[in-house]
Amino acid sequence: MAGVAVSTTINGDHVEYLCQPDETLLDVLRDRLGLTGAKEGCGTGDCGACSIILDDRLVCSCLVLGAEAEGRQVETVEGMAHGEKLHTLQQKFLEHAALQCGICTPGFLIAAKDLLAKNPDPSEEEIRFGLAGNLCRCTGYDKIVRAVQDAANVMKGA
Amino acid sequence: MRYIRPLSIEDAVGLLAGSSGTSAILAGGSDLLVRMKGGFVEPDLIVDIKAIEGLGEIRQTADGFSIGAAVACAVLGENSALKTAWPGVVEAAKLIGSKQVQGRCTITGNLCNASPAADSVPALVAAGAKAVIAGPSGKRTIAVEAVPIGPGKTSLAKGEIIEAILLDKRAPRSGDAYLRFIPRTEMDIAVVSAGVNLTLDEHGVVTAARVALGAAAPTVLLVEEAAEALIGRKLDEAALERLAKVCAGACRPIDDKRGTIEFRRKVAGVLARRAATTAYARAGGK
Repeated sequence: MAGVAVSTTINGDHVEYLCQPDETLLDVLRDRLGLTGAKEGCGTGDCGACSIILDDRLVCSCLVLGAEAEGRQVETVEGMAHGEKLHTLQQKFLEHAALQCGICTPGFLIAAKDLLAKNPDPSEEEIRFGLAGNLCRCTGYDKIVRAVQDAANVMKGA
Repeated sequence: MRYIRPLSIEDAVGLLAGSSGTSAILAGGSDLLVRMKGGFVEPDLIVDIKAIEGLGEIRQTADGFSIGAAVACAVLGENSALKTAWPGVVEAAKLIGSKQVQGRCTITGNLCNASPAADSVPALVAAGAKAVIAGPSGKRTIAVEAVPIGPGKTSLAKGEIIEAILLDKRAPRSGDAYLRFIPRTEMDIAVVSAGVNLTLDEHGVVTAARVALGAAAPTVLLVEEAAEALIGRKLDEAALERLAKVCAGACRPIDDKRGTIEFRRKVAGVLARRAATTAYARAGGK
């Protein structure tokens, strides 16, 4: 199979890669570009562990072909921290112990970032609905919701 | 496998019509990529229609709305004119999958995936929506209910692509609604569902009605007898009773792990009744 040449922007950086036509963007990110933040939980769009932001839309990167990223803006969890300085959401996830095994965490962080960008002052119900596409089998979700609420409060004040 | 992103609908049709192997149309990919991953399909050609001009837009025309085949369901929910005119269609589209899936999935894909349990389809059928199809011999427009012909099968010929879904301009005093039953609160496949679309006169008497049921037969059912039970009457208890009875009787459901035949029949009637009540209120009926 001939590769597809793709030119795209990932976390603000111009990136070019070759991928197979049936290769998912998740596999491209992880296996070709070394961006292993997005995880494969289910590979069928059910768990949200591979969440990324594609042109301002939260999507599962397992349900996007690598070839589709041509000319688009991709945002992954790797773009959240600035050098050593964590994003407020990352800091709050640590403070609230909103993670245990950590597999779902990059997906939750990206989904929460997208949520707060569109709704800076969400109710608890809006947070739970907004994060319903991300599954966590460890935390029981409460600590994640508290972390997002705390982050929202801090970010509003900033 | 080849992946091609044509810039015109003519090129897309030409690619699909000229392909010798299996081909697939890619818009949101939320069904296609899952089927590829599971090994159920292995297309030789994938035609990504998202770069075709106009397919990513919702246009408001003199006749109503034209929703491009590549418009994600999330975008439907952000269009206030569409939400005001067709709240039932939008609420159905917004029930498909998670926020992540909403950012990709399309109502045209939901229609062409041809699942009897597709959430947006009963609402579209009730709304009298039409599909604009581009193909090797030109364009044609058909009722959406003529697209699926069985689970996973459509009436589209080789080389044909649905480029848009059309919704009529609203008559005054009209309302629609969609409801489904699932055993949890969010993100599941409909066990059974109902879409109802009503138009009333100044006195609250139903002058036009369309009722559609999902997951109740091999394809979404347009229940004409149910519409007849409502037309010419206010939405009184007797009309609602008759609606529920007719809908339960019209079902030809299957028994499976998600629901029995008996349960689906009963709930189809209940949902039709509740959806009709909501549609009636949205149309301004009291």
